[in-house]
Amino acid sequence: MTAENPNAGFDIGDNTRAELERAGVIVSSVDFLYNWARGNSVWPLTFGLACCAIEMIASATSRFDISRFGSEVFRPTPRQADLMIVSGTVTKKMAPQVVRIYNQMPEPKWVIAMGACAISGGPFKQGYNVLKGIDRYIPVDVYLPGCPPRPEAVLQSLNYLQEKIRTQDIKSDPAFTRGRRQYPVPSFTGTDLEPPYNPEVWHPPHAPNPKPMEETTA
Amino acid sequence: MSGVSFESVLEQFPGTKWDEAAGAVIAPLGQARAVAEWLFGQGVDYCSNVTGVDYLEREVKEKITNDDGETETITRTESGRVDVVYHLYSMRDQAGPLVLKQRTSRDNAEAESLTPVWRSCDLQEREVYDLFGVNFKGHPNQRRIMMWDEFEGHPMRRDYTEPFDHEWEPTPHNEVLEKHQRGKVII
Amino acid sequence: MNASTETSYELLEQDGLETSLLEVSMGPHHPSTHGVFRMDVKLDGETVVDLQPVFGYLHRNHEKLAENMSYLANMPFTDRLDYFNSMTNNWAYALAAEQLVEIEIPERAEYLRVIMAELTRLVNHVALVGFFVNDLGALGTPLLYAFREREKILDLFEQASGARMMCNYFRFGGLRCDVTEDWLDECRRVVDRFPAFLDEYEQLLSENEIILSRTQGVGNLSSELAINAGITGPMLRASGVSYDLRKVDQYGIYDRFKFRVPYTDGDVGDCYDRFMIRMLEMRESIKILKQALADIPEGDIIGKAPKVFKPKPAETYGRVEGPKGELGFYLIADGTPKPYRYRVRPPSLINLTVLRDMCIGQKIADTVVILGSIDIVLGEVDR
Repeated sequence: MTAENPNAGFDIGDNTRAELERAGVIVSSVDFLYNWARGNSVWPLTFGLACCAIEMIASATSRFDISRFGSEVFRPTPRQADLMIVSGTVTKKMAPQVVRIYNQMPEPKWVIAMGACAISGGPFKQGYNVLKGIDRYIPVDVYLPGCPPRPEAVLQSLNYLQEKIRTQDIKSDPAFTRGRRQYPVPSFTGTDLEPPYNPEVWHPPHAPNPKPMEETTA
Repeated sequence: MSGVSFESVLEQFPGTKWDEAAGAVIAPLGQARAVAEWLFGQGVDYCSNVTGVDYLEREVKEKITNDDGETETITRTESGRVDVVYHLYSMRDQAGPLVLKQRTSRDNAEAESLTPVWRSCDLQEREVYDLFGVNFKGHPNQRRIMMWDEFEGHPMRRDYTEPFDHEWEPTPHNEVLEKHQRGKVII
Repeated sequence: MNASTETSYELLEQDGLETSLLEVSMGPHHPSTHGVFRMDVKLDGETVVDLQPVFGYLHRNHEKLAENMSYLANMPFTDRLDYFNSMTNNWAYALAAEQLVEIEIPERAEYLRVIMAELTRLVNHVALVGFFVNDLGALGTPLLYAFREREKILDLFEQASGARMMCNYFRFGGLRCDVTEDWLDECRRVVDRFPAFLDEYEQLLSENEIILSRTQGVGNLSSELAINAGITGPMLRASGVSYDLRKVDQYGIYDRFKFRVPYTDGDVGDCYDRFMIRMLEMRESIKILKQALADIPEGDIIGKAPKVFKPKPAETYGRVEGPKGELGFYLIADGTPKPYRYRVRPPSLINLTVLRDMCIGQKIADTVVILGSIDIVLGEVDR
């Protein structure tokens, strides 16, 4: 059973299927229907942090119109939302709140990291208060680079997410079988967050890059 | 500034100094509130900007001409200090700016809060307290504003080192990478 | 000497029933807080007794970053301060840096700077009016109308500078690149059609009963407190003080344009005043744009700037009238290519000084309206 051929594994040929459809009977798999319904009605959470939030709002306005892809309403409460578009810089002061909101969302839930800041800290990387990417604490499904990404890019990331949803298998996807995913909320210490990253979700890259970049004059 | 110029401030308060290079009036500790109240009475009713500046101890080379007419270069050490800079305007007379500075040392930095005179200093002095560590006497609500309450340290100071953040990539800011390589970050 | 700071409120005990205050934390994730801003309110029923704002959720240490980068490398970061008006931020920084060195700015660049700044003012006020009415509960329709206009102007920005929002268009001594005659024609078309949208908006909203009853008398701000608390921009002019940096400082070439500065007559300064001042300011901006588009000369787009921007040791404070208030940059140069101290004077943060004064005694739903009328953007508040 795959996205390309959702009906693989069934013995019905195409002729039989066409005949049945003419008679008003549609034959498909539960996965296909589930994923089709879930993917085409993803309701995002209004979670704008910084500049990328404006482009997210712009993608919901009448020119770019995200609601034709199913995201008709942006829910303000995480309990009713499926998708958290983390748009903008996540600071260390805000990080516990982001994780808490992620914990409150019911399954199935997805995360799009929108903008360079949410992916890895962005232009503000050298910050004592900037979290270098939201994927340190919560799992991210689609990374959307840009500073800020155009509303068309936001729509494309939603399309990628819908393709990803179409390949999900409800029998084996742990998100559907084990219950709501919740991650520990970091706490503040004197200098940094504790823990600085969640080892289940993210690992620091292995070795330091030995050569520093060449000196460039700005 | 019509009616109020820095000369009148220097006349009224003999303890203040005029810094030519910066174009600012430097009020010594203890007199800053009195200077501010006097200025408010003269119509300076709008404090636009409150800034903190941190100067580390550094060596300064100066060229002086001695009595023989020869120039020689001497090196002297300027001790570290933290400045709190106020930009003052008068909306009533549509004039300005008048720059007022409070100078204090880096250890035990203290200054007088001008919030009772101009309300606009309220949040900005809290920011100077948070990021530079200057204790404002007489501030109604002095607590951290930008960083979380349990944070220790004052990040905008020149000798503040950020905690290590597992960033192994080389960055255009080589100083950060060098600090890692020299082992001067807290891991 | 200091305008009233303490507004107190007394709990009434009625019928021997003991009540207690309810503490609610509004934010940092809240549909109406315009970004990650938190307000800890203490409520007596529905009336606000105390309000403490909490900042710092978007503190990206912009000022510390700037000390490690050259002057020109800081220009893209100024876009991200007040992310609605990137052109104005750029201009304020370019103005401050140009005060440190002697650069002559060509005429065409000055005219284009004014055109970009006034277009940015339109973009900001239009978005603000949309968000304000959205906060009142209009569920998004005025916001869509407003963003429709905003998109037209963002298209102009994209044609001129390459990016919709983070334009990075200003340079020391002028602008990055020139605009074509077609762009100017397109701009004239947009400016000619804009008053029709303003009329439509005013017809639908300014006499609307719901807006009148929910915003009049809400969030009063006296002129004395406004001046003392350092409020600038449309909020100050709504409280009755006529102070506009385009007329006071006359930076750029604003002295050549005929325009008026709207301000209210009286000391009320409520949310409705701020809303209407912004509508009037949009009409004045259209006037300036028409004059600038008619008079713009041909010429160079950037003056002679030194190859490496290394100003002599000096300090300067440069300010412009941004759509939200006075946006100032305080720069200390020490002879190296990097600034020694780089400070942004954020109008949104300082306008929030009086949030507590305006909200005490109002209902909690009014808090949202008052916050919307102050027009904050968190990129600037927290930098």
